[in-house]
Amino acid sequence: MLAFLVRRLIGMVLVLAAVSFIVYFVFVIIPGGDPATRIAGKLATQTNIDEIRQRLGLDKPFVVQWFDMVKALFTGELRSYFTQLNVRQQIIEGLPVTFSLSIGAAIIWFFFGVVVGVLAAVKAGRLSDRLITVLALIGISMPVFFLGVVLRYLFAQRNSWFPDGGYVPLTSNPAQWFYHLLLPWLTLAVLFIGFYGRVLRGNMLDTINEDFVRTARAKGLSPRRVLIKHVLRNSLIPIVTLFGLDFAAVLGGGAILTESVFNLHGVGWYAATSVASLDLPPLMGVTLYGAFFIVVFSTIVDLLYAWLDPRVRIS
Amino acid sequence: MATRTDPTELTLDTAAALAAEEEAVEIRGKSPWALAWRRLRRNRFALLFLGVFLLIVVACALAPVYASSVAHTTPDENHIGENVTVGGKQIPVITKGGIKFVNGQTEFHPGGVPIGPQWWHARGRFVLGADKNGRDVAVRLLYGGRNSLVIGIGSSVICSVLAICLALIAGYYGGVLDWLITRFFDLIWAFPVILLGIALGTALQINGFHHFGITIQPGSLWIPTLVISYVLIPYIGRPLRGQILSLREKEFVEAAVAQGASSARIMAFEILPNLASSALVLFTLIIANNILTEAALSFLGAGVQLPDPSWGNMISEGQQTIITAPWLGIAPGISIVLAVLSLNVFGDGLRDALDPRATVRVEH
Repeated sequence: MLAFLVRRLIGMVLVLAAVSFIVYFVFVIIPGGDPATRIAGKLATQTNIDEIRQRLGLDKPFVVQWFDMVKALFTGELRSYFTQLNVRQQIIEGLPVTFSLSIGAAIIWFFFGVVVGVLAAVKAGRLSDRLITVLALIGISMPVFFLGVVLRYLFAQRNSWFPDGGYVPLTSNPAQWFYHLLLPWLTLAVLFIGFYGRVLRGNMLDTINEDFVRTARAKGLSPRRVLIKHVLRNSLIPIVTLFGLDFAAVLGGGAILTESVFNLHGVGWYAATSVASLDLPPLMGVTLYGAFFIVVFSTIVDLLYAWLDPRVRIS
Repeated sequence: MATRTDPTELTLDTAAALAAEEEAVEIRGKSPWALAWRRLRRNRFALLFLGVFLLIVVACALAPVYASSVAHTTPDENHIGENVTVGGKQIPVITKGGIKFVNGQTEFHPGGVPIGPQWWHARGRFVLGADKNGRDVAVRLLYGGRNSLVIGIGSSVICSVLAICLALIAGYYGGVLDWLITRFFDLIWAFPVILLGIALGTALQINGFHHFGITIQPGSLWIPTLVISYVLIPYIGRPLRGQILSLREKEFVEAAVAQGASSARIMAFEILPNLASSALVLFTLIIANNILTEAALSFLGAGVQLPDPSWGNMISEGQQTIITAPWLGIAPGISIVLAVLSLNVFGDGLRDALDPRATVRVEH
């Protein structure tokens, strides 16, 4: 167990180093990516450019530059090339928004995903199963931003039943916080509801044919008890894995589209605004922040998996 | 079938009876593909959606024909200030705005509102209305679809080829190569996909790419295609590598080795054909995914660059005018949903047909 954790920890550090290195490398080889030339502007002389390059440390060897940037990120000294705002500070300011959005949406999608999956599995082969399956497929095929644009138009712009984008901190007004986030939550959750519903339906139909389910039935347990205690519990194990990874991706900036559509100033939004100006430090910060959640959660998921399903051994 | 005895009375004679029955029809061996096709043919639902997708592909391929002979315009041609004849009346493409007196009441009409969907009332012009620049939305929708489909399918081809090659090398050779390639898959997995996609897409759009003897001009469709193509490599590579690991131990591979076949030959002619069905299913499903990714990148301004249309950037443009002209955003959105839905349904059907007990699935 300890060996496993240590190995995973080393692996995590290596993956994060590799991710940051690739991001840096990509930006250096991209022709428009050289920050010094772009900061200097169109009328700059070579001397200006060299001066900026020296100030930002871009004249040092590539590996040193990369190392300096990662170090600055961790010590909290990394600043945007253009706005001079502190990257870590900006990410921290976006955290409440991104976390509120992700956690709320995750609760909705997990709950409804399970409901949809169970309903479809119980009614397998019937018309209602078909209907649920088709609806789930439509949910999967719907681009998040299109759904967001349509929901915002129908419920916030054409009829003002909901506030039109924006964020109210939970600490200042919980009711308004909830009211402002309801549409973004639904937008973000729909895709996952469809996806989890489909996966869970498949898992449950596989599990129903297992021997232990037959044994449970033969013992005389009620169908409801068999379904919930035996079939559902076992079918949920793979869903937990999916949930951990998807939740990590959404926390780590994967909600960028929803944040852009609803004008929520979270971490994804910060990245989207920095991207337009090819501002490397914020992108580096957000990319590493996102990759961090993904690697941490994949380790947690592996541990959880072994705990939930004792047949799986951590090795 | 008439000679068939009651199945409950299975005796030794049943075998003889069955044999006699089957002699009536010549028994022909069916290839796995023929069997799959037979199963697929029975799945009307999947075939219907295959039809929908092909219809979309054909419609988008015929975009230039539609533009020149039905709508009489191009995707980028502005019609601001022009009028269009609808049912004998002249209607401005973009309203000029002003105040009108109707039944003694003053009505205020805002200016700059584009003409709405005309269906066939304007003889094929502005079937889905115009956008804020007075461009024909139906024409842009077809051209945009062409871009979206070319990028979606192109990136899926590149992705599949790379993933299959990597999976073959990893699964067949094993050892250090396997370790390296598996770690590579993990690395791609840990990347915040859309973030890097936007960063790369935006950066490449500024000056293009001029390295390693390859030149890509800014605005080229190659940029979003390549940016999207790497994303799903692990989704195809991982399950295929798993299959190859077990195929490698099969007797027919051993037989090929004994015959002195080279590694390349074994991979190409012994292992690859056995992967074809899984790869085909995954390929169908990743086209759907890549169309969605392309739309997302274009929506954020990092994919297809305006004025070139794509379904994603049309939604982004439509969002700005959604209150006065909702159809601008809704038409491309519905197109995406239809295209992706039909691919997903067909992909599911294909999976069931090729291997009813398959467990490979693509994750969104």
